[in-house]
Amino acid sequence: MSSARSAHILHLGVLGLLFAAFFLLPAYHQGNLARILVLAVYAMGYNLLFGYTGLLSLGHAVFFAAGMYGLGLAMHLGGATPAPAFLAGMIAALLVAGVIGSLALRTVGVAFMIVTLMFAQAGYLTILYFGTYTRGDEGFVIPQTARALWGFDLTDPTNRYFAALILFAVVLLFIGWLVNTSFGRSLIAIRENEERARMLGYDVQRAKWIAVTLSGLLSGMSGAAYALLFGYAGATFASVQYSILPLLWVLLGGAGTTIGPLVGTIFMFYLIDFASEVTSAYMLVAGVAFVLLTLFAPTGIAGELRRRALPWLP
Amino acid sequence: MDLGPYLLLASLEGAITASILALTAVGLSLVFGVMRVVNVAHGEFFMLGAVASWFVATYLGTHPAIGFIAALLIAPLLVGALAATADWLVLRRINYDPERTIVATIGLLYILQQGTLMTFGPDARPVEPPFNQRLAIPWPSFEGGFHLTWPWGLGTTSYKLFIIAAAITILFGLWVLMSRTKIGLIMRATQLDRDMAQAFGIPVERVYALVFGLGAGLAALAAVLIVPVQQAHYLMGGDPLLLSFIVVIIGGLGSLPGTVIAAVLIGLSDGIISVFFSPTLAKILATLLVALVLVFRPQGLLGKRIA
Repeated sequence: MSSARSAHILHLGVLGLLFAAFFLLPAYHQGNLARILVLAVYAMGYNLLFGYTGLLSLGHAVFFAAGMYGLGLAMHLGGATPAPAFLAGMIAALLVAGVIGSLALRTVGVAFMIVTLMFAQAGYLTILYFGTYTRGDEGFVIPQTARALWGFDLTDPTNRYFAALILFAVVLLFIGWLVNTSFGRSLIAIRENEERARMLGYDVQRAKWIAVTLSGLLSGMSGAAYALLFGYAGATFASVQYSILPLLWVLLGGAGTTIGPLVGTIFMFYLIDFASEVTSAYMLVAGVAFVLLTLFAPTGIAGELRRRALPWLP
Repeated sequence: MDLGPYLLLASLEGAITASILALTAVGLSLVFGVMRVVNVAHGEFFMLGAVASWFVATYLGTHPAIGFIAALLIAPLLVGALAATADWLVLRRINYDPERTIVATIGLLYILQQGTLMTFGPDARPVEPPFNQRLAIPWPSFEGGFHLTWPWGLGTTSYKLFIIAAAITILFGLWVLMSRTKIGLIMRATQLDRDMAQAFGIPVERVYALVFGLGAGLAALAAVLIVPVQQAHYLMGGDPLLLSFIVVIIGGLGSLPGTVIAAVLIGLSDGIISVFFSPTLAKILATLLVALVLVFRPQGLLGKRIA
């Protein structure tokens, strides 16, 4: 069996498992899993840039927030229905990512991380500055009545779960397809040896820009979906913490693997959920996880699996 | 009323920000210059300095001046030792790889911050200044012949002036350490060429631990100085970290004189802009400025272009 086919079977198997999980899990975990699926889309967007292209961004929250506020403000202030509002969120993320990408990619290495961090910080402060419209830290609630897409009430737990699953499935299959195209392979080539990729005639700068923009778009879709499905948009989602979290999820699950982001998001979500029952200092878990990961498992769970047992893992 | 007195007051507040910022940022710049790593946990070392200062002042419980002097000695040493240990246990083992160091120091940031939340608690706690006389500042006036007036509210405290003097003294001491002592020479040699230094028998790993500790100690020292004016809080490390980044980048990564100049520039303008505009807007402009400096002039204002 070719590795591309086993990858395809794996992806369909994961989706099947997630489909079945809805009927097997109690309501509390259904709600959690819906949240995880939406956040996993964010992690997959991040992984496209960090895991596949090898660019470490510390400012992805600005893309997540662009999607979230693109949808949120369109519905809250513009009175749009969910479908065009979701499109507005995607366009907002696409624009923000395109502009930031074209500027930030003029730098490399540590400077790239700091520039993305600074842009995200400026974005966060901008949301606070225009507090009259965005309601700043307090955020705003998207009313239940407005959150219906093509006749489906997205506040209903069942509809919400399957909406999240559909979005997740589309993005997972898209990433699975993308990384096997020649463009996807050129991203991996850039990660492995940028100089060599350039020598071979690839337009490295253009490929990196597309990767940033695409990654930002996926992150924005996750942000828009989060606001739509859970009915809330707030400045917290633009803060540094939300730039750090996808890095954590991807590192834990396995950078540069298709299912790593999902695995990492599930693990971290429940770890933090568990820790927050014990102590208010629940982010301590994240800190310890970061240090342990860099020391002992820099390739994450899926990466370790690939190295030890399943070399075909996508 | 005249604009002048306001401007003077704003510059004075700005000078205090600049002093604290210079100390903190020089610590960050030193670590980056010698070790070529970005320490994201730097702000937390600042916070730990303030918290340690509170503990010392509280448990010594005598005159504020004794507590202050004790804190001035103990807090930087304690924080520096902690940072050196973290370097030895974590950063050394990942071989100072730039990306993994950032990830590890993000982890360190959360561990220190959340650890403080668990022990010190979520409250902001004040530390009493060792001395705090109010000083009125005269303002020259030329209406009807030259004379000095004391406009209402125009004043500062002796402690605030002390902060500025202390920062200048410490920075001078650091300059002497770097340029006139053997340890400084070793640090500069390691900065110039790590492998060559190693070949000449310099224990590079120990120098790194020392530099990391020294950088964190400087941040802690700055915090001990500012905590009688501000308060100790477990989340107070965020702003100094961001501002230090800004200063270090504008000044040119790894250039100590550039860092000090940039700190004075940013501190003063922050003080003055905040008086006339919204502080949020000032921060937005500052962060955007930094991002654009990095994009279009990556060597900073005083840094040398790396060919």
